Amino acid sequence: MTSFDFGNAMTFLERRWEDILVLAGEHLFVVVIALAIALVTGVLLGLLVWNRATPRATAITAASVAITVPSLALLALLSPVLGLGWGPTIVALVFYSLLPIIRNTVVGLTEVPEHIMESAKAMGMSPRRILLTTQLPLAWPLILTGTRVAAQLGLGVAAIAAYVAGPGLGQYIFKGLSSLGSKNALNYALAGTVGIILLALLVDGAFVLISRYTTSRGLRA
Amino acid sequence: MPDSTTDTPAVSTNTGFLSAISQKQRGVSIELDGVSKVYPGQPEAAVDDFSMRIEPGELVMFVGPSGCGKTTTMKMINRIIEPSNGSIRIDGTDILSMDPNQLRRHIGYVIQQIGLFPHLTIAENIGVVPKLLGWSKSRIADRVDELLQTVQLDPEQFAKRYPKQLSGGQQQRAGVARALAADPPVMLMDEPFGATDPITREKLQAEFLRLQADIGKTIIFVTHDFDEAIKLGDRIAVLSDRSQIEQFDTPARILANPANEYVSSFIGQGAALKRLALIPLIDAPLRPAVDGAPQITLQDSLRDALNMLVLTGAAAVNVVDVDHRVCGSITNASISAVLNDAQPVAFAAEGTR
Ligand SMILES: Nc1ncnc2c1ncn2[C@@H]1O[C@H](COP(=O)(O)OP(=O)(O)OP(=O)(O)O)[C@@H](O)[C@H]1O
Ligand SMILES: [Mg+2]
Repeated sequence: MTSFDFGNAMTFLERRWEDILVLAGEHLFVVVIALAIALVTGVLLGLLVWNRATPRATAITAASVAITVPSLALLALLSPVLGLGWGPTIVALVFYSLLPIIRNTVVGLTEVPEHIMESAKAMGMSPRRILLTTQLPLAWPLILTGTRVAAQLGLGVAAIAAYVAGPGLGQYIFKGLSSLGSKNALNYALAGTVGIILLALLVDGAFVLISRYTTSRGLRA
Repeated sequence: MPDSTTDTPAVSTNTGFLSAISQKQRGVSIELDGVSKVYPGQPEAAVDDFSMRIEPGELVMFVGPSGCGKTTTMKMINRIIEPSNGSIRIDGTDILSMDPNQLRRHIGYVIQQIGLFPHLTIAENIGVVPKLLGWSKSRIADRVDELLQTVQLDPEQFAKRYPKQLSGGQQQRAGVARALAADPPVMLMDEPFGATDPITREKLQAEFLRLQADIGKTIIFVTHDFDEAIKLGDRIAVLSDRSQIEQFDTPARILANPANEYVSSFIGQGAALKRLALIPLIDAPLRPAVDGAPQITLQDSLRDALNMLVLTGAAAVNVVDVDHRVCGSITNASISAVLNDAQPVAFAAEGTR
């Protein structure tokens, strides 16, 4: 393996930074799309199953099993059905994002303190109204935490999706891996990896803002 | 959740009754008739054949040891807990055949843990039931202002705050305001001041008495604290296991004539002193004024008078009215005479409530 040459890396960056920006944008975009789908699906599922023992156990177990399937294997399974590129990437990302979101939704809805549930009921609110106007807002910070975990997970999984020609910085990592020994192998791998780390930091920062603007002030620490 | 009620539409919505009681903000009668509750899987009933009639505008205290069934009995009235047996009527109408959600909007509910919604402001918390009842925004806003003033929270300062930004006592007041929001004729209060320190508690109790004098709701108030029951109640129900009523009477009469050992033990030490606290000087027989004696006002109780006698060592204290005119004096002997002559004074004391 060639050792790291700083001047060489700089030239590499200078030549390809536009390319890198496009890939980073795609990477972020595919993760955000998948997160949005997973958030809607996960919260809806959570709302449906939270107080029914069997469906709840089924949903959480299914999501737990899903997350243990190696991403490479999952992509290999999806590709024959969905082809290459964005399709299998988004499906795989949604697949992995569901567990933290469903689990946190269910926990959040369940853990609303008993005296608050009782107050709501004693005021004449129907169970559905209590669910939507009391439990869901109280569970929201926890749901966001789940979504944040899903986002970090997704950024990593999206890198692997380059295997099925998925969009994003994974393409650079794979290029680096497949050209080991060549002059730019390390540069490709590094650009991909560091790019993903920077995206992760960016996303985390975004979540701080989102939670600030979507959580009731009464719930913030 | 204990024993949740179903969300199915009501057997009968009884809108006639609801609109009738929603007009009656001044309190309505509550009757429980042979009401029992057996929790699933429990060998014994938590409440066994409980019957009671509560008059419109009455403040009834339930006291009894932990686990005797006070909360269970009370929660059957707003159907947070469904009775296993018996009937419950409010203003003469059977409530067990009504839509529970509709019913609950006309019954105020205050609990020890307060249960304010943490994600809503104080104003929004108070507005929950009015909103459910379809009030207009401006009517709700006016009502919130009025209620915050009633419970002595400055609307300017507190309306937009969140529950966690209030002290325990302030939260408790907001809880009372929320329960009063739609001006329900009936209020259920489960140890509402139980979690507050003694000073705050006294203050809340005094405010609450003043408020009740104004609004005259029919109130059931659960407490562990017999002294609180004496202080607040028009009548006290002393309960034992399975919510058995050992005695149901005015504070003065329970103190003067406890029905049995159980009630006596509940009253605890110092029954005489507790009785004296209930008797205002207005109702005490006065003797001629004594020159140079310490003074006490007519609004104070016999207990205050005794306190002053003991503290000053004087043979008598003079009783003065609001205009500082001396009406007469009171001595140790006249206090004893009142205690030994219990009944008439007890009735008189009741009359002043
Ligand atoms: N959901 C429930 N399931 C089964 N048993 C219950 C339930 N709620 C209360 N009980 C039992 O019913 C009895 C009466 O309980 P309740 O809560 O009415 O007592 P309480 O007088 O309010 O007591 P405390 O003063 O401690 O609040 C107790 O023995 C209690 O263990
Ligand atoms: Mg209780």
